[in-house]
Amino acid sequence: MEHYLSIAMTAIFVENLALAFFLGMCSFLAVSKQVETAIGLGFAVLVVQTITVPLNNLIFQYLLKEGALAWISPALASYDLTFLGFLTYIGTIAAVVQVVEMTLDRHVPALYTTLGIFLPLIAVNCAILGGSLFMVERSYTLAESVVYGLSSGAGWALAIVALAAIRERMRYSNVPAGLRGLGITFIIAGLMAIGFMAFAGIQL
Amino acid sequence: MLRRLLDGVAPRFHKGGSLERFYPLYEAVDTFLYTPGMVTEGPSHVRDAIDLKRIMSLVVVSLLGTVAMAIYNTGLQAHRAIEAGAAPRDTWQTQAMEWLGLSFASGDLVACLVHGALYFVPVLLTTYTVGGLWEGLFAQVRRHELNEGFLVTGLLIPLTLPAGIPLWQVALGTSFGVVIGKEIFGGTGMNILNPALTARAFLFFAYPAEMSGNIWVAAGVADGVTGATLLAGASEQGMAALADVSWWDAFLGFVPGSMGETSALACLLGAVLLVVTGIGSWRVMLGVAIGTVAAAALLNGVGSVTNPYFAVPFWWHMVLGGWAFGTVYMATDPVTAAQTDTGRWVFGALVGVLTVLIRVINPAYPEGMMLAILFMNVFAPTIDFFVVRANVERRRRRVSLP
Repeated sequence: MEHYLSIAMTAIFVENLALAFFLGMCSFLAVSKQVETAIGLGFAVLVVQTITVPLNNLIFQYLLKEGALAWISPALASYDLTFLGFLTYIGTIAAVVQVVEMTLDRHVPALYTTLGIFLPLIAVNCAILGGSLFMVERSYTLAESVVYGLSSGAGWALAIVALAAIRERMRYSNVPAGLRGLGITFIIAGLMAIGFMAFAGIQL
Repeated sequence: MLRRLLDGVAPRFHKGGSLERFYPLYEAVDTFLYTPGMVTEGPSHVRDAIDLKRIMSLVVVSLLGTVAMAIYNTGLQAHRAIEAGAAPRDTWQTQAMEWLGLSFASGDLVACLVHGALYFVPVLLTTYTVGGLWEGLFAQVRRHELNEGFLVTGLLIPLTLPAGIPLWQVALGTSFGVVIGKEIFGGTGMNILNPALTARAFLFFAYPAEMSGNIWVAAGVADGVTGATLLAGASEQGMAALADVSWWDAFLGFVPGSMGETSALACLLGAVLLVVTGIGSWRVMLGVAIGTVAAAALLNGVGSVTNPYFAVPFWWHMVLGGWAFGTVYMATDPVTAAQTDTGRWVFGALVGVLTVLIRVINPAYPEGMMLAILFMNVFAPTIDFFVVRANVERRRRRVSLP
């Protein structure tokens, strides 16, 4: 139990995908103008991440890993398909995003319209692929990868909601003309990362 | 006399005058010294006796006790180390002390004050000069008024720094805090992170070696005398490190540490003034205290075999390091803290909890106050957003009930 808690805390705060690894920046910067939309996108990433990381974990464990095919027939035990990793993970992610998109379109059309182009873009969101790759690199078990997927998605969602809230408050700011829009957002993201440095170095 | 002087030059700065470009500078000096002569016209304005300038001046007043303690304690700690066998530092400060013929005795009040001032004042002058230059530059180029906010920021920065810090680092940190932390957002009231804390954090991460270790005391270090702060000791040995220091010493501030942070008493006096005048939010301060008590009690209860820091009780957490200073002057910053009343409670409590957690659990940083406040600055708008939304929801339900 403690072990899973430490994975979760590390993924949310210490190794936050957005603010420690700077993954998924395109949607992080682009869809953070309003808190409502940010919550929507954050939630979508959370859902996709929670599904894809364990799914890719299963694929890795039973298809791609060296000797993983042994369960089909002992003759296949010598194969190592890890080189297909990137291709497979992206394929899984794209499929899951498609399903999430259709579900949203059917049940929450309002959110579907606000997310617009960014929902299909989750398919190529580096935070999502990054999650799966970190899972492989750290050789998580299935249970661990469920926890990791959920909490790394939650960390990313937390970061984008905080950024959106800051940008909403920034309506009253008087930013120099050349920095308006993306420029100041990059700087804010950097300042937020300084705040997240509070957790750097924690070993749980 | 001053009034006549200002009025005399006024026409030059107003529209069409020869020095029109420098109006922001003139305006700043004029309104800092005198209440503006212009009167609010029209009925729709909210009028209040207190404006931004008076607020900032009051904060400066509330900081005076801390400044006095900073100066005295810096000298006192240096003299104590010297009495314990350390050699005075080979710096111009020491030469100045010798030239003045002052002793290095810790009982000598005047010598302690002078020695401390020789360290504190240059740092203060650096922040004011460098920060003031940036402020002036931005005010000129962007044509906004020069703001007194910097008087506070510039005073807060030196108080969070160790006595032995090189001045060029002070200048660099101040520049980062003022420009990136505040001015590019449009100046006072529009920033998201506390500029003084941003400066401190910048120095902390950019020069970790210079910001830790034996620079806390303005003297060389002798065998058996440690120049490290109580916090560093507590993080390694827990309560054992605090055994030979009395709690009252830490409360009054006669211990090594950043220049202005050691005295919880001076901060408490400042807190009273801030709360009475309604400038500092008592909700934030109380929230931080509650959060600290809760988190410390929890960690005391959990306990740990490997980490003796777990056992430090909350009354020690409150007098160690920058807790009091951060609670009173940094967390209550009206701009970067949460701005709704409920939000302030949440904000404060989370700062308190995080401070203890970072101090105890993170082996890299024995001090957690600064980082906890910065972290919560990032989330303050989020807290406000949800508080406001909950309010809207509640009222909507109330309307639709009958």
